[in-house]
Amino acid sequence: MSSLLSKIARIGIITEPVKTPDDAELQQLGITLKNRIDRRFNGSLAIRQVDAGSCNGCELEIHALNNAFYDIERYGIHFVASPRHADILLVTGPVSRHMQAALLATYEATPDPKWVIAFGGCAADGGEFGESYASCGAVSNVIPVDAVIGGCPPRPVDVVKGLLAFIDR
Amino acid sequence: MTHIQHPTWLTEWLELAGHQGVSLNAQSIRGLAPAWVFRLDAVHWGRIAEISAAQGLRWMGVWVDEAADYYRSHALRGNAALDALRPVMPLAQSQDIVSPADATQSVAGYVPTQNRREAEQPRLLENVGTMDGYSISACLEQQGDTVLLRCVVPAAQPLLPSQALAYPGADRLERHAQDLWGVRFQGHPTPQRWTRHQAWSGQQFPLHDGFPTAGTPQPVTPPDNGYPFLAAQGAGVYEIPVGPVHAGIIEPGHFRFQAVGETVLNLEERLGYVHKGIEKIAVGRDAFGLARLAGRVSGDSTVAHAWAACMAMEQAAGLSVPPRALLLRAILAERERIANHLGDIGAMCNDVAFAFANYQFSRLRELWQRDNAAWFGHRLLMDCIVPGGVAADLTEQAAAAMQAALAPLKRELEELRPILAANSILQNRLQTAGELHAEIAAQYGCLGYVGRASSGDFDRRRDHPYAPYDHIHVTGVCYHTGDVAARLDVRYDEIGVALDLLEQFLARLQPGLVCADWPQSIPAAEGLGLVEGWRGETLAYVRFDAKGRIARYFPRDPSAFNWYALEKLIHDNIVPDFPLCNKSVNGSYSGQDL
Ligand code: SF4
Repeated sequence: MSSLLSKIARIGIITEPVKTPDDAELQQLGITLKNRIDRRFNGSLAIRQVDAGSCNGCELEIHALNNAFYDIERYGIHFVASPRHADILLVTGPVSRHMQAALLATYEATPDPKWVIAFGGCAADGGEFGESYASCGAVSNVIPVDAVIGGCPPRPVDVVKGLLAFIDR
Repeated sequence: MTHIQHPTWLTEWLELAGHQGVSLNAQSIRGLAPAWVFRLDAVHWGRIAEISAAQGLRWMGVWVDEAADYYRSHALRGNAALDALRPVMPLAQSQDIVSPADATQSVAGYVPTQNRREAEQPRLLENVGTMDGYSISACLEQQGDTVLLRCVVPAAQPLLPSQALAYPGADRLERHAQDLWGVRFQGHPTPQRWTRHQAWSGQQFPLHDGFPTAGTPQPVTPPDNGYPFLAAQGAGVYEIPVGPVHAGIIEPGHFRFQAVGETVLNLEERLGYVHKGIEKIAVGRDAFGLARLAGRVSGDSTVAHAWAACMAMEQAAGLSVPPRALLLRAILAERERIANHLGDIGAMCNDVAFAFANYQFSRLRELWQRDNAAWFGHRLLMDCIVPGGVAADLTEQAAAAMQAALAPLKRELEELRPILAANSILQNRLQTAGELHAEIAAQYGCLGYVGRASSGDFDRRRDHPYAPYDHIHVTGVCYHTGDVAARLDVRYDEIGVALDLLEQFLARLQPGLVCADWPQSIPAAEGLGLVEGWRGETLAYVRFDAKGRIARYFPRDPSAFNWYALEKLIHDNIVPDFPLCNKSVNGSYSGQDL
C-alpha cells in the first residue's frame, strides 16, 4: 500500500492545461470550452459514442480523452452508456451497411434536443473505405450531422478544438 | 524450393498423406516463400485436414481467389493437351493442373457422382468466362514452417469438403469465403451465414468479378433479425442479448448469453457488423493504396497489417527492402506492441475497478503515443510502413531520445508490477477468471498472448524469424494457467521483451536507405506476408494483376481465432466478469469482419 501511495504522490497531478507550446490559441481553449458548457449545457454535456464501422483507431483516441493528461470530464463532458442519457452522439467510422439500422435506432433513442458529431475522416466522408456494397460512407448519408471533427484518427487536441467550435456555433 | 531439404515433420506428413491416398504436388511459387506450396485435388481437402490435425499442424486460415488469371500466368498457357480436353470435359478448365495426366485424375476424382451428369451438360460451357474456377488456399504451420495447400474448384460447381471438422477454427473463415465467394464447404458443422447480414442476398457474392463494388443496396439495410442463434432451454435458463451497440467506447458486435443466475452457460458471438468490404475495395488499388488500406484493417494493429501486406507485395514483386528500413519496421512493430499492452493492462485493471492502475498505464501509453507523434509523425503509427520500406527516416536525435526513454519506462514498469501483484483484491478478480484450457486454445489455433497464456508457445519472431528478427534473440513468453491473470502476465512480460528488442534494434541502426524504389511494372504475381503483430501472427495474401494492380488482398487478423477463445473461456464465469474476460482477449471486430 505504501508503494502505491508513494507512486501516486510522486506522479502528482499531470493533467495539462489544454495547450501545446507552439499553439497559443489552444491555451484558452479549455477554459472557453468549460465556460460554454457551463452556460449552454448547464455544466454537463453527455456524449454517447457510437462505432458505426470504424477501424477502431478512432476509439483509441477517444479513450485517450479520458486519460489523466486530457481528463475531458473536467470540462463537464462525460461519456454515457446509453443514448437515452445523451446530448450528443459521437459517431466514428464509415457507416457499415450492417450497422445502418443500429445507428438509426440509436439516433431515434436519443432524446431531443440532440446533436451528432462525425468523428474522424471516415465519419466525415467515408475516408479510406468510401461508399460500397458494404459501406454507406459518411455518417451524414445516414443521419443528420451537426459537426465534423477531421483526422485519421483525430488527435485528442483536435477533439477539444472541434467540440469548442461546435458549441460556439 | 525443391532444392531445400524438407524438415523431418514435413517428410513424415507427406508420407502419411501418400499412404492415405492424398497426392500432394509440390509447387514452386517465389512470392509464397517461405511456405511450402502443395497442390491437391479438391476431393482430398477434408482428408488432408484430418491428417494434418492428427499430426499436430496448426491451421492458419483459408481464402479464395479466382483461378482464371492464375491459369493464364501458370499452367495452362499453351498447354495443347489440356486445351484438347476442353470440349469434352469443361470442368477440366477449372482444375489447377500442371500435367494432362493429373488433369484426368483430378476431374475424375473431383466431380461427385450425383453432380457429374449435370456437370457434363454442354450449357456449362457458357459459364466458363474469365473466371472459370476458384482457387482455394489454406495455410498450416508446424515448428515455425508454413505449408500452403491449394486446390481449384469449378465456378459452376464450387464445392469442396470442409476443413472445419478437423479444425474447428476454420468454421468462420470458411463461412466468410462462402458468403463472399459462394464456395460451399461440404460437411461444415454450422453452414449458416457469418459475414453476410442483410446488405446483400444469399445469391450474390461480393468478391465475384461481376459483382459491382457499389453493390445494389436498399436505402436502409435491415437488421439481421433472423440469424439462427442457439436457443436456450431448461428451467431457470434465460437469455441476455447484448449489442451491437455496447455501453462503452468499444466496437460493435452482438453477444448472446445463456445464463442461470449469474453463471454463463453459453455465449454465442455474432460478428460482421463492421464489415467494410475491405477485400473488394482493395481490388484495383496500387501498392501504396493497398498499404494505406491494410493500415486500417484494424487501427490498433496498423503496423502489423501494413507490414504483412507490404511484405506480401514485396515478395510478389521480388523487391528487397533496405536493412535500415527493416529495422525501422521492427521498431514500429515493437512500439505498437508496447502501446497496446500498456493500454490494455490498464483497461483490464479498470474493469475490476482498480483505477490506480488504469491511470498509471494510460499515462504511460499517452507518453508513448506522444513520442510516436514526435518521432514518426503519427500517434498510432499509421502510414509509416510503405511498399519498399518506411515513409520517413528516424533522425539521429530521435533515435537517441528513444534509446534514452527505454530505461525510465522499464523502471516504472518494475515499480508498478509489485503494486499490482500485492493487491489481493485485484489478483482475486484476475486469477481463475476466464480460464482457457490449453487443449481448446490449441484446437482453435489461438494466437498471440491468448495462445501464449494457455501453453501455446508460438511466436513467429522466434520460431520462423523474418528480417530483422532473424539476427536477434527473441525471448519467448509462455504461461500455462490460461486465466485473465496469465494473459495479463504474458503482456507484461512481452513489454519487457519488446523494450529489449527496441534497444538492440536501435543499436544496430546504420545509415542507409529507408525505402527501395517500387518497380514501375511488376508481372502478375502473388505474395504471402506473415508477421508477429502485437495481437499475434498476422497474415496477408496479395496477388497483382498483369498491370501491377491489386487483384486480390486477404488479411487474416489473429482475432479470426481469438474470438472463439472468448466463447470458450467465458463458460461457467459470472456475467459481470464478461467485460474483464473480453478485455483480456481484446479481439478486433474490424479485423475479423473485414
Ligand atoms: S478515420 Fe482513420 S482511424 Fe478513424 S475509423 Fe477511419 S480509418 Fe480508422
